[in-house]
Amino acid sequence: MIIAVDLLKPFSYEFFRNGLIIATLAGALCGLIGVFVVLRGMSYIGHGLSHAVFGGAALAAVLNLNYFIGAGFWGLASGLMIGRVSRKRIIGADAAIGVITTASFAMGLALQARFGQAKRSIDAVLFGNVLGVFTSDILAVAGVGILSAVVIVGLYRKLLFATFDPEVAGVSGVSVPAMEAVLMVLLSATILVTVRVIGVLLISALLVLPAVTARLMTNSFGRMLWLSPVLGAIFGGVGMYISWYADVPSGAVIILAGTLVFIAAYSAVGVRRRAQLAGINHH
Amino acid sequence: MTCEHMSCSYGGAPVIEGVDLTIRQGEFVGIVGPSGSGKTTLLRAMLGSVKPVHGSVTRQAGLRLAYVPQVETVDWNFPVTVGEVVGMSRPQRLMRPKSARSELTLIEDVLERLGLGGLVQRHIRELSGGQQQRVFLARALIQKPDMLILDEPTAGVDVRTRHEVLHVLADLNESPPHGDGIAIVLTTHDLNGLASHLPRLVCFNRTVIADGSPAEVLQPYFLERTYGAPMEVLQHGGMPIVLEQGGDELRNRLNRGTAS
Repeated sequence: MIIAVDLLKPFSYEFFRNGLIIATLAGALCGLIGVFVVLRGMSYIGHGLSHAVFGGAALAAVLNLNYFIGAGFWGLASGLMIGRVSRKRIIGADAAIGVITTASFAMGLALQARFGQAKRSIDAVLFGNVLGVFTSDILAVAGVGILSAVVIVGLYRKLLFATFDPEVAGVSGVSVPAMEAVLMVLLSATILVTVRVIGVLLISALLVLPAVTARLMTNSFGRMLWLSPVLGAIFGGVGMYISWYADVPSGAVIILAGTLVFIAAYSAVGVRRRAQLAGINHH
Repeated sequence: MTCEHMSCSYGGAPVIEGVDLTIRQGEFVGIVGPSGSGKTTLLRAMLGSVKPVHGSVTRQAGLRLAYVPQVETVDWNFPVTVGEVVGMSRPQRLMRPKSARSELTLIEDVLERLGLGGLVQRHIRELSGGQQQRVFLARALIQKPDMLILDEPTAGVDVRTRHEVLHVLADLNESPPHGDGIAIVLTTHDLNGLASHLPRLVCFNRTVIADGSPAEVLQPYFLERTYGAPMEVLQHGGMPIVLEQGGDELRNRLNRGTAS
């Protein structure tokens, strides 16, 4: 009885309940968008965007602006600049992302050093802070989550076609640039609302981990698309819960929990493949 | 479909220039030419994904086109099943991505016809080369096209797969009631294994060099202008066989090395 009470104890704190809700929601959202991040090779864009958002968040904190306005505007401006620089084709898109987003990140660090009083909220963006969550954060993550789910289900076949086989999709009447733009907007919105919970430094991991783990578990796009958010939610929720007891930042525990599951899935797939090769496992 | 004095470019110098080509209903046309000769660009212009900078492409009103990409360009690690590949080209009902029963029957019928029955749930990598090619053919066919455009359908496949693919295409091209009467346009590198079997060939290198039956087109003069290398044409059972010239010299050079 005492153990049961002890295990339930964190739930008696409102900040923990809020943290658990947002970590689970953020995990699910990152898992959903992560499917496209992984399959389209956008993880570097996600990584870059989260760094760009950090610069915007620092600027917003120093200027006393609302986080979503400051970071959102800055993220959008960085995205447009990356597009502009890479379209000139003098340097590649990956290099453009590297230059612009690291510059943005460096600006954030400089602002943090110069204006110490804004340090707390900047730290939150850097490492994530699940415990300082407001209801507005939960609503923002839930809102972007619902929007993403509706858009992805509504455009399911077009998004799949444009991701798997853009050339033929274009010929078959799917607007590939429009699908790419839709995914970029969803990815940016996802990073914007989850970065304060997970942290800049760990968000690209949460965009990738649930999706690659789901990929190991299924060969079907349809199944991967629901499996990945479910895994993301579990990583978020379980990681958050463990972090209470381990007294370690929640972002780190969430990613470590995900990594453990990934390793387990990876090893299991290795065993299954070997078994198939040996002819033991017949369908 | 008619291309009239068509030129296309990707921003720089034209990749193809002054192309005049007409494909009629129910035709089976092979386009041959070396790598980098603009064959794929020609196909893209026909499909409308590349707009001509000069001249025009005219398609009969209501003409339904379907495209089968080169198998080599497909990402075989992508998590899609055979059923998902075939279904992705179909319009989706609002908020209902899954195939309804009627659509599933349609997909299964097309797969059955192409000899892929029972493979709906299979991942695309767990198929033989010929089956992989036919999955993409199935995705094109489910759009009920009047004209099928294929880029190098036999590149990188073995002899048996090539035969399989060609027989399926012949069935589709045959006029009703036995076949579907679908016009077929394909590109190929394979002069002897594929091109010489087709009713109509187009030699292509930036523009149309020759256009006619294999007997008319597979001539040393046209082939040299197309490939930029001298070629010899032999006759075997009424069919032209193309040989590269200069093989003797190369063999002599290589063997001299081992002899000494």
